[in-house]
Amino acid sequence: MTLLRRSGAPGTSADPGRKVPGEEGIWVFVLGDMTVFALFFATFMYSRGKNHAVFARDHAELHVSLGTVNTVLLLSSSLLVVLAVQRVLGGRHAGAWQLIAGALCCGAGFVVVKAVEWTQLFAARKGVGSGEFFSYYFMFTGIHLMHVLIGLAVLSRLIVVIRRAEFTDKQARLCETGGIFWHMVDLLWVVLFALFYLVR
Amino acid sequence: MTATRRVTLVWVLLLALTFGSFLVGVEQGAGFASVGAAIIVGIAMLKVRLIGLHFMDVRAAPRALRALFEGYVLVVFVVLVALDIFVKP
Repeated sequence: MTLLRRSGAPGTSADPGRKVPGEEGIWVFVLGDMTVFALFFATFMYSRGKNHAVFARDHAELHVSLGTVNTVLLLSSSLLVVLAVQRVLGGRHAGAWQLIAGALCCGAGFVVVKAVEWTQLFAARKGVGSGEFFSYYFMFTGIHLMHVLIGLAVLSRLIVVIRRAEFTDKQARLCETGGIFWHMVDLLWVVLFALFYLVR
Repeated sequence: MTATRRVTLVWVLLLALTFGSFLVGVEQGAGFASVGAAIIVGIAMLKVRLIGLHFMDVRAAPRALRALFEGYVLVVFVVLVALDIFVKP
């Protein structure tokens, strides 16, 4: 982080014109979280290699279409958030909260689709104890779902902040930071979607 | 190109890549399973890179942060594909 801070200040001789997006601290969290998930991804791929037949069989139980819908929802919510952050950083925060509200709806849609999917799987007697594939599936997508819920709380907070009459640079930076967290949630799902739903 | 247009085009590209990887996922035959997995993981990591560079604005970040991010994308891709190829029952 010292390295980041040293080169992160805008206009320094080390990296002129470049600045750390959002608060510096968010990057410690984001990169740390991404590393933990990278270990999850690797563990999954290792177990898949060891029990390929079982993983291929259980993978067929998942609905690729539901995973695809959720991917589109998160990618679209990310676009709405980045458009809102661009407005906020450009000093045009007036219409930004509606964009964040749209992102919030997409995020809520993700939770609904996941609930439908899990309900279907539970009805088919698939759960955390239904073999290695489903243990990984419910554990990793469950941990990711927690991130989505935290992200929804963050987006709700941003709406409140943006709608306040008084809007300072500090609040603009808070929006940028919240946006980075939401993009991380999106980014982690992109890999989870590929590993659980697409790779046979 | 305006920033709004750029991120919107990135979003269109992300959706196209999602659809492309969906097709590879559906079409991958038993004999081409490893090739299919490498393509799918490759597309996923490309999407991760696009989200990082354009949505999280890592492209404009200090070089150290950009290097960490690019390194992450590359390492995760190599490790996942290597595990897919070399780990056998």
